[in-house]
Amino acid sequence: MMALQVSELQKSFEGLNVTRRVNLAVEAGERRLIIGPNGAGKTTLFNLITGEIAPDGGSIGLFGDDITRTSVRARAHLGMARTYQIITLFGRDTLLRNVMLALLGLCPRRWNPLIDFERQQDLVEKAEAALARVGLAHLAHRPLAETSYGERRRVEIAMALAQNPRVLLLDEPFAGLSIDERRDVQKLLLAIPRDVTMVMIEHNMDVALEFAEKITLLHFGEVIVEGTRAEVVANPRTREVYLGH
Amino acid sequence: MSAVARLITPRAAAIVVALLLLLTLPAWVGNPYYINIASQILFFAVFALALNVLVGYGGLVSLGHAGLFAMAGYTAALLLARGHGHLVADTAALAVTVVTAAVYALLSLRSTGIGFLMITLAIGQILWGIAYRWASLTNGDNGVNVASRPSPFGFSLAGADGFYYLCLVVFLVCVATMAVVVRSPFGASLRGTRDQERRMSALGYNVWLIRFYAFLLSGFWSGVAGLLFLYYNQFISPQIVALTTSAETLLMVISGGTATLLGPIVGAAIVVIMKNVVSAYIVRWNMVLGIIFILIISFMPEGLVPGSARLWAWLRHRWGAGKAQPAAKTGEDGA
Amino acid sequence: MSLWLTLAVNSFALGGLLFLLSAGFSLIFGLMRIPNLMHGSFFMLGAYFGVTLLSQGVNFWLAALGSGLLTALLGGLIERFLLRRLEGQVLPQVLLTLGFAFIIGDVCLMIWTGDPWQPPTPAHLQGAVQVAGLFFPIYRLVILAVAVVIAVALWILVDWTRLGAMIRAGVDDPPIARVVGIRVSQLFTLVFSLGAALAAFAGVMGAPYLSVYPGLDFEMLPLALIVVILGGTGSLLGALVGSFIIGFLYNFGQAMFPDLAYVILFLPMLLVLVLRPQGLFGKVVA
Repeated sequence: MMALQVSELQKSFEGLNVTRRVNLAVEAGERRLIIGPNGAGKTTLFNLITGEIAPDGGSIGLFGDDITRTSVRARAHLGMARTYQIITLFGRDTLLRNVMLALLGLCPRRWNPLIDFERQQDLVEKAEAALARVGLAHLAHRPLAETSYGERRRVEIAMALAQNPRVLLLDEPFAGLSIDERRDVQKLLLAIPRDVTMVMIEHNMDVALEFAEKITLLHFGEVIVEGTRAEVVANPRTREVYLGH
Repeated sequence: MSAVARLITPRAAAIVVALLLLLTLPAWVGNPYYINIASQILFFAVFALALNVLVGYGGLVSLGHAGLFAMAGYTAALLLARGHGHLVADTAALAVTVVTAAVYALLSLRSTGIGFLMITLAIGQILWGIAYRWASLTNGDNGVNVASRPSPFGFSLAGADGFYYLCLVVFLVCVATMAVVVRSPFGASLRGTRDQERRMSALGYNVWLIRFYAFLLSGFWSGVAGLLFLYYNQFISPQIVALTTSAETLLMVISGGTATLLGPIVGAAIVVIMKNVVSAYIVRWNMVLGIIFILIISFMPEGLVPGSARLWAWLRHRWGAGKAQPAAKTGEDGA
Repeated sequence: MSLWLTLAVNSFALGGLLFLLSAGFSLIFGLMRIPNLMHGSFFMLGAYFGVTLLSQGVNFWLAALGSGLLTALLGGLIERFLLRRLEGQVLPQVLLTLGFAFIIGDVCLMIWTGDPWQPPTPAHLQGAVQVAGLFFPIYRLVILAVAVVIAVALWILVDWTRLGAMIRAGVDDPPIARVVGIRVSQLFTLVFSLGAALAAFAGVMGAPYLSVYPGLDFEMLPLALIVVILGGTGSLLGALVGSFIIGFLYNFGQAMFPDLAYVILFLPMLLVLVLRPQGLFGKVVA
């Protein structure tokens, strides 16, 4: 059974086809890299998979369930988590609270209007653990607005991991990071256990190559090449549309 | 430091002093005219706190809340006029107001930001139209009179003192409710939808339903405030349904500072006192209201409470620099 | 003349007035993304200016134009010196326009008192024309004709001129419009003044028919709001269709269900909100 099965997915905006009959099959536990030049439709593909955009045609399956018409929040409850290319975090809140909000989202307690959110000890502990996993435990009580860009990127990942996802979608997690920070994030991603299936978008191929087992090359909304790292790199069309430019 | 001493934080001390002052207010104020003004401040504070659930914590600016406030007042007044008892009339009024809030929410939550504001404004005007033009139901411009105030458990509310204590009890229950809800997971979710709507959906929250419940909570307390308003005046007319009421209440929320508990209370006190003072000397309340709006927006857009907290933090930082204390957080979002 | 025909003519006349009012509201909203809550005040202020000019013996059309210019000047000043400073802060902008609405309302009450004013219909527009045995009051037809002329003029302005191209660019995508070097700031002042002028002009046109009285501002504002929610923001065609729908509902509702006429006005808005939130002619904003 495929962790993520995208079939014949289509989307156009005002006549412009941003996703053309995309097929994608990601096995459970796989690490998949999606690359492509700017405007290839990578983020749109993610938005379709998470449900933020409705497709014009095609279907999306998550571990065998058809989720094409499922709402964004229900997909989160089914085990899909994502990070954003443009960081959308809660600036006034502390890192701990950011991660706690991620945990609360999947917990029935989120509707409770009577208990004290900050005193939910189990959530505090899980959030601290998630922050420790990305090496930010020491900053747990700092407001997010007072942290660096690289630290926020890691908070993004901590929030996604805290949700204990089955499928994790990472949208350019290396964007804007220094070389050291990239290495940290790389290590962090490599340490994620195999029960999490990971799909990563990266504009810059070099940084993410080590991560990938299989690579999908997207160009003008179409899958151009797909295969192992070596196959994709060796393919002349890759050079043509991507490496050559 | 002993355990007892640790409990006496400046904040706890301030709350205790404020409570004592409020509880003994009729004794040290004396003059019923001023006690009545205190009652007005309390029920308008309840109304402002209700509106703040949406404006401050939900980031949804409603300009139609006068409709909810008046819905409770009119329902109770009309039922009382038809001979029903206070308990029946008040319960029905609150139920009708919550249902009306649900209708508001169903229509206005199709949109956020300016769209939300325009739709709530339009619905508020419909209710104004009903109150004003549907004379066979609402008695039109002449309004509806209420013969007497209730006396729950034999406690008379007819005098200024008795009514003040009713308002105070309701006010305290409202503040306590808001304080609990704001700190709860639900409150955290609501603030999350204000700050990052998209992210909240991706985290598994039902953004629409969170806002819907917030609207019901806001509607309920607006209704409670509306009932107090009705009993205070023993009269209700279309004037209270006008846009001015919604605007005044919004002014209370933003002048005090949104997303704080203290802000709307301070705002209500300022607006009610100014309205009474201004009307005592000149008739131009609307102009004063407009000018205050413009001044606050231009000079203290974050509101008086966060504005003063910021000033205070800055002063402490300046004078206490030697102690190297971090600047106090503003009142925003906390208490 | 039958009752229904009278109602229809009145509906067209009111629709025309509403179009003049809401076209500016819609353009301002589309371009600046703020609902101008003093738009009803511009209508009322314009009507009062017109009343005063007419009482000085000024020609009706000159009074309407003069009142439009005066109100445009006021609107332009408010936009230039106050709204502009709050650019990008939507809520403060809205509240500022609301604050001014209250101030304008109170100033009008001070100057023109609480009594209603109803200038006489201009002498050359009194009476009725007879067509196919039916009489039509000339003045109502003139209102409709003026609205149609202005609608066409606005359509030409927006769809066929360079200025219109800039407005359309600004409505469709303000950031892009800024990037390609359109002087959005001057455009805002211009459109805001134009909207104010149209509302004031409508106020003068409406005065002999609706009369002018305190509170007219907040009666007209919701009408502009519903027209724009109904037709879709930033769409002139939407404003035109919406205005006539509301014009008809108002007059027929008043005749058939006088108690509920005001409520009936809002029904199409509610339907549109439920079925087509972007309005009849609005675009879906991504």
